[in-house]
Amino acid sequence: MIKTDILIIGAGPTGLFTVFEAGLLKLKCHLIDSLPMPGGQCAEIYPKKPIYDIPSHPEILAGDLIKNLEAQIAPFQPGYTLGEHAVSIEKTEDDQFVVTTDQGTQHQAPVVAIAGGLGTFEPRKPPLENLEFFETKGVNYIIKDPEYYRNKKIVIAGGGDSALDWTIFLEPIASSVTLVHRRNEFRGALDSVDKVQELKNAGRIHLITPAEVTALKGKDKLEGITITREVATEDLVCDAFIPLFGLTPKLGPIANWGLEIEKNAIKVDNSLDYQTNIPGIYAIGDVNTYPGKLKLILCGFHEATLMCQSAFKRIYPEKRNVLKYTTVSGVSGFDGSQKQAAKSTIKSID
Amino acid sequence: MDTDIQIYVTDREGKRHALLAPIDMQMNLMEVCKAYELPVEGTCGGMALCASCQCYITSSHILPERSEDENAMLAEAFHLRDTSRLGCQILMTKELEGLEVTLAPEA
Repeated sequence: MIKTDILIIGAGPTGLFTVFEAGLLKLKCHLIDSLPMPGGQCAEIYPKKPIYDIPSHPEILAGDLIKNLEAQIAPFQPGYTLGEHAVSIEKTEDDQFVVTTDQGTQHQAPVVAIAGGLGTFEPRKPPLENLEFFETKGVNYIIKDPEYYRNKKIVIAGGGDSALDWTIFLEPIASSVTLVHRRNEFRGALDSVDKVQELKNAGRIHLITPAEVTALKGKDKLEGITITREVATEDLVCDAFIPLFGLTPKLGPIANWGLEIEKNAIKVDNSLDYQTNIPGIYAIGDVNTYPGKLKLILCGFHEATLMCQSAFKRIYPEKRNVLKYTTVSGVSGFDGSQKQAAKSTIKSID
Repeated sequence: MDTDIQIYVTDREGKRHALLAPIDMQMNLMEVCKAYELPVEGTCGGMALCASCQCYITSSHILPERSEDENAMLAEAFHLRDTSRLGCQILMTKELEGLEVTLAPEA
Protein backbone atom coordinates (compact mmCIF):
# COMPACT_ATOMS: atom_id res chain seq x y z
CA MET A 1 0.00 0.00 0.00
CA ILE A 2 1.41 3.37 -1.08
CA LYS A 3 0.80 6.00 1.61
CA THR A 4 0.99 9.74 1.14
CA ASP A 5 -0.58 13.02 2.30
CA ILE A 6 -2.26 14.10 -0.92
CA LEU A 7 -3.08 11.53 -3.55
CA ILE A 8 -3.35 13.28 -6.90
CA ILE A 9 -5.27 11.61 -9.70
CA GLY A 10 -3.94 13.00 -12.96
CA ALA A 11 -0.37 14.10 -13.67
CA GLY A 12 -1.13 16.96 -16.03
CA PRO A 13 0.05 20.52 -15.34
CA THR A 14 -2.46 21.09 -12.53
CA GLY A 15 -1.63 17.79 -10.80
CA LEU A 16 2.10 18.43 -11.10
CA PHE A 17 1.90 21.96 -9.71
CA THR A 18 -0.13 20.65 -6.76
CA VAL A 19 3.02 18.81 -5.65
CA PHE A 20 4.86 22.11 -5.40
CA GLU A 21 2.21 23.95 -3.41
CA ALA A 22 1.76 20.93 -1.13
CA GLY A 23 5.53 20.65 -0.72
CA LEU A 24 5.75 24.23 0.58
CA LEU A 25 3.34 23.08 3.30
CA LYS A 26 5.46 19.96 3.96
CA LEU A 27 2.78 17.69 2.54
CA LYS A 28 3.91 14.73 0.43
CA CYS A 29 2.18 13.81 -2.82
CA HIS A 30 1.74 10.78 -5.03
CA LEU A 31 0.38 10.98 -8.58
CA ILE A 32 -1.59 8.37 -10.52
CA ASP A 33 -1.95 8.69 -14.28
CA SER A 34 -3.20 6.35 -16.98
CA LEU A 35 -0.58 7.61 -19.42
CA PRO A 36 2.93 6.15 -19.18
CA MET A 37 4.43 9.62 -18.68
CA PRO A 38 3.52 12.80 -16.76
CA GLY A 39 2.02 15.75 -18.62
CA GLY A 40 -1.55 14.77 -19.47
CA GLN A 41 -2.92 16.45 -22.58
CA CYS A 42 0.20 18.64 -22.86
CA ALA A 43 2.30 15.51 -23.34
CA GLU A 44 -0.17 13.30 -25.19
CA ILE A 45 -2.01 15.65 -27.55
CA TYR A 46 0.04 18.78 -28.13
CA PRO A 47 3.63 18.64 -26.77
CA LYS A 48 4.96 20.66 -29.72
CA LYS A 49 2.31 23.39 -29.59
CA PRO A 50 3.16 26.78 -28.10
CA ILE A 51 1.05 28.13 -25.23
CA TYR A 52 0.84 31.91 -24.94
CA ASP A 53 -1.17 32.48 -21.78
CA ILE A 54 1.05 31.13 -19.04
CA PRO A 55 1.90 34.14 -16.88
CA SER A 56 5.48 35.34 -17.45
CA HIS A 57 6.01 32.98 -20.41
CA PRO A 58 5.34 34.96 -23.60
CA GLU A 59 5.51 31.61 -25.35
CA ILE A 60 6.23 28.10 -24.13
CA LEU A 61 5.83 24.70 -25.76
CA ALA A 62 3.41 22.46 -23.89
CA GLY A 63 6.12 19.79 -23.61
CA ASP A 64 8.56 22.31 -22.12
CA LEU A 65 5.95 23.50 -19.64
CA ILE A 66 5.73 19.93 -18.36
CA LYS A 67 9.52 19.55 -18.21
CA ASN A 68 9.76 22.78 -16.20
CA LEU A 69 7.02 21.66 -13.82
CA GLU A 70 8.79 18.34 -13.28
CA ALA A 71 12.00 20.21 -12.46
CA GLN A 72 10.14 22.58 -10.15
CA ILE A 73 8.53 19.78 -8.14
CA ALA A 74 11.53 17.42 -8.12
CA PRO A 75 12.74 18.62 -4.67
CA PHE A 76 9.45 17.42 -3.24
CA GLN A 77 10.05 13.87 -4.49
CA PRO A 78 6.56 13.00 -5.71
CA GLY A 79 5.70 9.34 -6.17
CA TYR A 80 4.21 8.18 -9.45
CA THR A 81 1.92 5.34 -10.44
CA LEU A 82 1.96 5.68 -14.23
CA GLY A 83 0.17 3.68 -16.89
CA GLU A 84 -2.59 2.73 -14.45
CA HIS A 85 -6.16 4.01 -14.13
CA ALA A 86 -7.69 4.88 -10.78
CA VAL A 87 -10.84 2.77 -10.72
CA SER A 88 -12.23 2.72 -7.20
CA ILE A 89 -12.19 4.71 -4.00
CA GLU A 90 -13.10 3.61 -0.49
CA LYS A 91 -13.17 5.40 2.81
CA THR A 92 -11.50 3.76 5.80
CA GLU A 93 -12.70 4.01 9.40
CA ASP A 94 -9.95 6.47 10.27
CA ASP A 95 -11.05 8.96 7.62
CA GLN A 96 -8.54 7.98 4.96
CA PHE A 97 -9.20 7.18 1.33
CA VAL A 98 -7.96 4.08 -0.46
CA VAL A 99 -7.74 4.38 -4.22
CA THR A 100 -7.17 1.23 -6.27
CA THR A 101 -6.03 1.13 -9.89
CA ASP A 102 -7.01 -1.21 -12.69
CA GLN A 103 -3.83 -3.15 -11.98
CA GLY A 104 -4.63 -3.48 -8.30
CA THR A 105 -2.11 -0.95 -6.95
CA GLN A 106 -3.50 0.53 -3.73
CA HIS A 107 -2.88 4.04 -2.46
CA GLN A 108 -3.91 5.55 0.85
CA ALA A 109 -4.17 9.23 1.77
CA PRO A 110 -6.25 11.53 3.96
CA VAL A 111 -6.81 13.84 0.98
CA VAL A 112 -7.52 13.01 -2.66
CA ALA A 113 -7.13 15.68 -5.35
CA ILE A 114 -8.72 14.76 -8.64
CA ALA A 115 -6.85 16.64 -11.36
CA GLY A 116 -8.03 14.35 -14.10
CA GLY A 117 -8.49 16.88 -16.90
CA LEU A 118 -10.99 15.65 -19.43
CA GLY A 119 -10.62 12.14 -18.09
CA THR A 120 -8.63 9.00 -18.70
CA PHE A 121 -7.08 8.70 -22.13
CA GLU A 122 -8.54 5.73 -23.93
CA PRO A 123 -7.71 4.47 -27.41
CA ARG A 124 -9.93 5.73 -30.21
CA LYS A 125 -11.53 2.65 -31.67
CA PRO A 126 -12.41 2.43 -35.35
CA PRO A 127 -16.10 1.67 -35.97
CA LEU A 128 -15.65 -1.94 -37.14
CA GLU A 129 -18.14 -4.70 -36.60
CA ASN A 130 -16.98 -7.34 -34.07
CA LEU A 131 -14.07 -5.14 -33.01
CA GLU A 132 -14.78 -5.65 -29.32
CA PHE A 133 -15.19 -9.39 -29.81
CA PHE A 134 -11.66 -9.61 -31.14
CA GLU A 135 -10.12 -7.42 -28.41
CA THR A 136 -7.29 -9.42 -26.80
CA LYS A 137 -7.97 -12.13 -29.42
CA GLY A 138 -5.75 -10.45 -31.94
CA VAL A 139 -6.89 -6.83 -31.68
CA ASN A 140 -4.91 -4.57 -29.35
CA TYR A 141 -4.70 -0.80 -29.10
CA ILE A 142 -1.70 -0.67 -26.81
CA ILE A 143 1.45 -2.72 -27.22
CA LYS A 144 2.44 -3.92 -23.80
CA ASP A 145 4.73 -6.78 -24.73
CA PRO A 146 6.31 -6.60 -28.20
CA GLU A 147 7.39 -10.26 -27.84
CA TYR A 148 3.73 -11.22 -28.18
CA TYR A 149 4.08 -10.31 -31.86
CA ARG A 150 7.14 -12.48 -32.55
CA ASN A 151 6.71 -14.40 -35.82
CA LYS A 152 3.15 -13.13 -36.21
CA LYS A 153 1.57 -11.52 -39.21
CA ILE A 154 0.45 -8.10 -38.06
CA VAL A 155 -1.50 -5.23 -39.53
CA ILE A 156 -1.14 -1.71 -38.15
CA ALA A 157 -3.58 1.08 -39.05
CA GLY A 158 -3.02 4.79 -38.55
CA GLY A 159 -1.04 7.71 -39.90
CA GLY A 160 0.67 9.30 -36.93
CA ASP A 161 3.82 8.78 -34.90
CA SER A 162 2.66 5.72 -33.03
CA ALA A 163 1.69 3.88 -36.24
CA LEU A 164 5.07 4.72 -37.76
CA ASP A 165 7.10 3.99 -34.63
CA TRP A 166 5.48 0.62 -33.99
CA THR A 167 5.84 -0.38 -37.63
CA ILE A 168 9.57 0.28 -37.35
CA PHE A 169 9.85 -1.42 -33.96
CA LEU A 170 7.86 -4.54 -34.81
CA GLU A 171 9.29 -5.09 -38.30
CA PRO A 172 12.26 -7.21 -37.10
CA ILE A 173 10.10 -9.09 -34.57
CA ALA A 174 6.98 -9.97 -36.55
CA SER A 175 6.97 -12.31 -39.53
CA SER A 176 5.23 -9.61 -41.56
CA VAL A 177 4.08 -6.05 -40.94
CA THR A 178 1.45 -4.32 -43.04
CA LEU A 179 0.78 -0.62 -42.47
CA VAL A 180 -2.58 0.68 -43.68
CA HIS A 181 -3.43 4.37 -43.82
CA ARG A 182 -6.21 6.31 -45.44
CA ARG A 183 -3.85 8.59 -47.33
CA ASN A 184 -0.32 8.54 -48.68
CA GLU A 185 0.85 11.31 -46.35
CA PHE A 186 1.86 10.51 -42.79
CA ARG A 187 1.92 12.94 -39.91
CA GLY A 188 4.93 12.00 -37.87
CA ALA A 189 8.54 12.77 -37.12
CA LEU A 190 10.41 13.14 -40.41
CA ASP A 191 13.01 10.48 -39.63
CA SER A 192 10.25 7.97 -38.81
CA VAL A 193 8.57 8.69 -42.14
CA ASP A 194 11.92 8.24 -43.92
CA LYS A 195 12.62 5.00 -42.07
CA VAL A 196 9.22 3.55 -43.04
CA GLN A 197 9.90 4.59 -46.63
CA GLU A 198 13.23 2.71 -46.48
CA LEU A 199 11.57 -0.40 -45.05
CA LYS A 200 8.99 -0.27 -47.80
CA ASN A 201 11.61 0.18 -50.53
CA ALA A 202 13.55 -2.76 -49.13
CA GLY A 203 10.40 -4.87 -49.25
CA ARG A 204 10.50 -5.48 -45.51
CA ILE A 205 7.04 -4.11 -44.81
CA HIS A 206 3.85 -3.82 -46.81
CA LEU A 207 2.47 -0.31 -47.09
CA ILE A 208 -1.13 -0.08 -48.24
CA THR A 209 -2.36 3.47 -48.92
CA PRO A 210 -4.75 5.11 -49.43
CA ALA A 211 -6.82 2.39 -47.89
CA GLU A 212 -8.60 1.39 -44.74
CA VAL A 213 -9.38 -1.72 -42.78
CA THR A 214 -13.10 -2.32 -43.20
CA ALA A 215 -13.73 -5.77 -41.74
CA LEU A 216 -12.30 -8.26 -39.28
CA LYS A 217 -12.51 -11.99 -39.80
CA GLY A 218 -12.04 -15.04 -37.66
CA LYS A 219 -13.90 -17.62 -35.65
CA ASP A 220 -12.54 -17.68 -32.12
CA LYS A 221 -9.69 -15.30 -32.76
CA LEU A 222 -8.62 -12.86 -35.44
CA GLU A 223 -7.59 -14.66 -38.62
CA GLY A 224 -7.73 -11.96 -41.23
CA ILE A 225 -8.91 -8.52 -42.25
CA THR A 226 -10.47 -6.85 -45.26
CA ILE A 227 -8.80 -3.80 -46.69
CA THR A 228 -10.75 -1.41 -48.87
CA ARG A 229 -8.90 0.75 -51.37
CA GLU A 230 -11.34 3.15 -53.03
CA VAL A 231 -13.93 0.58 -54.16
CA ALA A 232 -11.79 -2.53 -54.40
CA THR A 233 -11.49 -4.82 -51.42
CA GLU A 234 -8.78 -7.27 -50.60
CA ASP A 235 -8.58 -9.92 -47.88
CA LEU A 236 -5.41 -10.40 -45.92
CA VAL A 237 -4.53 -13.22 -43.54
CA CYS A 238 -3.15 -11.94 -40.23
CA ASP A 239 -2.79 -12.84 -36.55
CA ALA A 240 -2.93 -9.36 -35.10
CA PHE A 241 -4.50 -6.00 -35.86
CA ILE A 242 -3.27 -2.89 -34.08
CA PRO A 243 -5.39 0.22 -34.75
CA LEU A 244 -3.42 3.29 -33.66
CA PHE A 245 -5.73 6.28 -34.01
CA GLY A 246 -4.64 8.20 -30.94
CA LEU A 247 -6.32 8.54 -27.60
CA THR A 248 -9.42 10.32 -26.44
CA PRO A 249 -10.27 11.27 -22.86
CA LYS A 250 -13.27 9.74 -21.08
CA LEU A 251 -14.29 10.61 -17.51
CA GLY A 252 -14.45 6.87 -16.80
CA PRO A 253 -14.89 5.21 -13.40
CA ILE A 254 -14.55 8.52 -11.48
CA ALA A 255 -18.09 9.26 -12.65
CA ASN A 256 -19.26 6.46 -10.31
CA TRP A 257 -17.51 7.60 -7.15
CA GLY A 258 -20.57 9.35 -5.73
CA LEU A 259 -19.31 12.77 -6.73
CA GLU A 260 -21.73 15.37 -7.99
CA ILE A 261 -21.25 15.52 -11.75
CA GLU A 262 -22.51 18.25 -14.05
CA LYS A 263 -21.87 18.27 -17.80
CA ASN A 264 -19.16 15.62 -17.53
CA ALA A 265 -17.27 17.57 -14.86
CA ILE A 266 -17.10 17.38 -11.05
CA LYS A 267 -18.95 20.09 -9.14
CA VAL A 268 -16.85 21.86 -6.54
CA ASP A 269 -17.19 24.69 -4.05
CA ASN A 270 -15.24 27.46 -5.71
CA SER A 271 -16.11 30.02 -3.05
CA LEU A 272 -13.80 28.16 -0.67
CA ASP A 273 -11.40 25.41 -1.64
CA TYR A 274 -12.53 23.35 -4.67
CA GLN A 275 -13.77 20.56 -2.44
CA THR A 276 -16.35 18.18 -3.91
CA ASN A 277 -19.53 16.98 -2.21
CA ILE A 278 -17.36 14.36 -0.47
CA PRO A 279 -15.24 16.06 2.22
CA GLY A 280 -11.57 15.31 1.67
CA ILE A 281 -11.93 14.84 -2.07
CA TYR A 282 -11.06 17.90 -4.10
CA ALA A 283 -11.30 18.42 -7.87
CA ILE A 284 -9.01 20.91 -9.60
CA GLY A 285 -8.20 21.93 -13.15
CA ASP A 286 -10.20 20.99 -16.23
CA VAL A 287 -12.02 18.17 -14.43
CA ASN A 288 -14.08 20.47 -12.19
CA THR A 289 -16.94 22.84 -12.79
CA TYR A 290 -18.37 25.85 -10.97
CA PRO A 291 -20.07 29.07 -12.04
CA GLY A 292 -17.70 30.94 -14.32
CA LYS A 293 -15.28 28.02 -14.72
CA LEU A 294 -12.58 28.45 -17.36
CA LYS A 295 -10.59 25.43 -18.52
CA LEU A 296 -7.19 27.08 -18.49
CA ILE A 297 -3.88 25.82 -17.15
CA LEU A 298 -3.39 29.03 -15.22
CA CYS A 299 -6.76 28.57 -13.48
CA GLY A 300 -5.73 25.01 -12.56
CA PHE A 301 -2.59 26.38 -10.89
CA HIS A 302 -4.67 28.79 -8.82
CA GLU A 303 -7.13 26.09 -7.84
CA ALA A 304 -4.29 23.76 -6.81
CA THR A 305 -2.82 26.46 -4.57
CA LEU A 306 -6.04 27.14 -2.67
CA MET A 307 -6.82 23.44 -2.46
CA CYS A 308 -3.48 22.67 -0.77
CA GLN A 309 -4.13 25.24 1.97
CA SER A 310 -7.48 23.57 2.67
CA ALA A 311 -5.89 20.10 2.56
CA PHE A 312 -3.37 21.22 5.18
CA LYS A 313 -6.17 22.31 7.52
CA ARG A 314 -7.90 18.99 6.98
CA ILE A 315 -4.78 16.95 7.71
CA TYR A 316 -3.60 19.12 10.65
CA PRO A 317 -6.77 20.73 12.04
CA GLU A 318 -5.04 21.97 15.18
CA LYS A 319 -1.87 23.36 13.55
CA ARG A 320 -1.67 27.09 12.95
CA ASN A 321 -0.37 28.00 9.53
CA VAL A 322 0.33 31.16 7.64
CA LEU A 323 1.06 31.69 3.97
CA LYS A 324 4.80 31.80 3.34
CA TYR A 325 6.46 33.52 0.44
CA THR A 326 9.16 31.59 -1.43
CA THR A 327 11.13 34.84 -1.78
CA VAL A 328 11.37 34.90 2.02
CA SER A 329 11.42 31.24 3.04
CA GLY A 330 12.95 29.72 -0.08
CA VAL A 331 12.19 26.14 -1.00
CA SER A 332 13.25 23.30 1.28
CA GLY A 333 13.03 20.05 -0.63
CA PHE A 334 12.27 16.70 0.95
CA ASP A 335 15.52 15.59 -0.66
CA GLY A 336 17.45 17.92 1.64
CA SER A 337 17.94 20.51 -1.08
CA GLN A 338 17.58 24.14 -0.15
CA LYS A 339 16.87 27.06 -2.43
CA GLN A 340 17.17 30.46 -0.87
CA ALA A 341 17.45 34.04 -2.04
CA ALA A 342 21.02 35.31 -1.88
CA LYS A 343 21.72 37.55 1.12
CA SER A 344 21.89 41.17 0.11
CA THR A 345 25.33 42.70 0.26
CA ILE A 346 25.59 45.65 2.56
CA LYS A 347 28.73 47.70 2.32
CA SER A 348 29.52 51.17 3.42
CA ILE A 349 30.71 53.86 1.05
CA ASP A 350 33.53 55.90 2.55
CA MET B 1 -27.02 42.60 -36.60
CA ASP B 2 -24.40 42.64 -39.31
CA THR B 3 -21.80 41.20 -36.96
CA ASP B 4 -23.79 37.95 -36.74
CA ILE B 5 -24.69 35.28 -39.23
CA GLN B 6 -27.38 32.63 -38.99
CA ILE B 7 -26.17 29.05 -39.20
CA TYR B 8 -27.93 25.72 -38.69
CA VAL B 9 -26.48 22.77 -36.82
CA THR B 10 -28.20 19.39 -36.72
CA ASP B 11 -27.15 17.45 -33.63
CA ARG B 12 -26.59 13.69 -33.30
CA GLU B 13 -30.24 13.15 -32.38
CA GLY B 14 -31.33 14.83 -35.61
CA LYS B 15 -32.53 18.05 -33.96
CA ARG B 16 -31.79 21.19 -36.00
CA HIS B 17 -30.58 24.23 -34.09
CA ALA B 18 -30.62 27.75 -35.52
CA LEU B 19 -27.60 29.59 -34.13
CA LEU B 20 -26.55 33.21 -34.36
CA ALA B 21 -22.81 33.20 -34.84
CA PRO B 22 -20.70 36.32 -34.37
CA ILE B 23 -18.28 37.01 -37.22
CA ASP B 24 -16.25 39.65 -35.37
CA MET B 25 -15.01 37.42 -32.53
CA GLN B 26 -12.63 35.14 -34.46
CA MET B 27 -14.88 32.24 -33.54
CA ASN B 28 -14.86 28.92 -35.33
CA LEU B 29 -17.75 26.52 -35.78
CA MET B 30 -16.60 24.26 -32.92
CA GLU B 31 -16.56 27.24 -30.56
CA VAL B 32 -19.97 28.45 -31.69
CA CYS B 33 -21.40 24.97 -30.99
CA LYS B 34 -19.80 24.97 -27.54
CA ALA B 35 -21.11 28.47 -26.85
CA TYR B 36 -24.61 27.13 -27.47
CA GLU B 37 -23.83 24.06 -25.34
CA LEU B 38 -24.24 21.61 -28.18
CA PRO B 39 -22.49 18.29 -27.49
CA VAL B 40 -19.21 19.10 -29.22
CA GLU B 41 -16.24 18.20 -27.05
CA GLY B 42 -13.43 20.17 -28.73
CA THR B 43 -10.94 18.11 -26.74
CA CYS B 44 -7.80 19.58 -28.28
CA GLY B 45 -9.13 23.12 -28.02
CA GLY B 46 -9.12 23.73 -31.76
CA MET B 47 -5.71 22.56 -32.97
CA ALA B 48 -7.07 20.02 -35.49
CA LEU B 49 -5.68 17.29 -33.29
CA CYS B 50 -8.68 15.29 -32.09
CA ALA B 51 -11.57 15.27 -34.62
CA SER B 52 -14.16 15.53 -31.83
CA CYS B 53 -15.71 18.45 -33.76
CA GLN B 54 -16.07 16.61 -37.07
CA CYS B 55 -19.20 17.63 -38.96
CA TYR B 56 -20.71 17.21 -42.40
CA ILE B 57 -21.42 20.28 -44.51
CA THR B 58 -24.91 19.86 -45.95
CA SER B 59 -25.40 23.24 -47.63
CA SER B 60 -23.71 24.28 -50.87
CA HIS B 61 -21.43 26.90 -49.33
CA ILE B 62 -17.91 27.04 -50.64
CA LEU B 63 -15.61 26.82 -47.66
CA PRO B 64 -11.93 27.69 -47.44
CA GLU B 65 -9.90 24.62 -48.38
CA ARG B 66 -8.76 22.15 -45.77
CA SER B 67 -5.30 22.78 -44.40
CA GLU B 68 -2.70 20.02 -44.32
CA ASP B 69 -3.30 19.65 -40.56
CA GLU B 70 -7.03 19.24 -41.11
CA ASN B 71 -6.49 16.71 -43.90
CA ALA B 72 -4.09 14.73 -41.74
CA MET B 73 -6.50 14.62 -38.80
CA LEU B 74 -9.49 13.73 -40.95
CA ALA B 75 -7.45 10.86 -42.41
CA GLU B 76 -7.47 9.37 -38.91
CA ALA B 77 -11.08 10.27 -38.12
CA PHE B 78 -13.93 7.78 -38.22
CA HIS B 79 -17.29 8.04 -40.02
CA LEU B 80 -15.60 10.12 -42.71
CA ARG B 81 -17.56 11.48 -45.68
CA ASP B 82 -16.60 13.67 -48.63
CA THR B 83 -18.33 16.55 -46.86
CA SER B 84 -16.45 16.05 -43.58
CA ARG B 85 -14.78 19.05 -41.98
CA LEU B 86 -13.36 19.83 -38.57
CA GLY B 87 -15.56 22.51 -37.03
CA CYS B 88 -12.56 24.08 -35.31
CA GLN B 89 -11.02 24.91 -38.68
CA ILE B 90 -14.05 26.78 -40.01
CA LEU B 91 -13.86 30.42 -39.10
CA MET B 92 -17.19 32.26 -38.97
CA THR B 93 -17.32 34.79 -41.82
CA LYS B 94 -20.16 36.57 -43.57
CA GLU B 95 -19.83 34.25 -46.59
CA LEU B 96 -21.11 31.45 -44.35
CA GLU B 97 -24.55 33.05 -43.81
CA GLY B 98 -27.06 30.18 -43.88
CA LEU B 99 -24.45 27.41 -43.43
CA GLU B 100 -25.98 24.01 -42.66
CA VAL B 101 -23.97 21.31 -40.90
CA THR B 102 -24.63 17.99 -39.18
CA LEU B 103 -22.50 16.76 -36.31
CA ALA B 104 -20.62 13.52 -37.05
CA PRO B 105 -21.05 10.63 -34.59
CA GLU B 106 -18.89 10.73 -31.48
CA ALA B 107 -15.64 8.89 -31.98
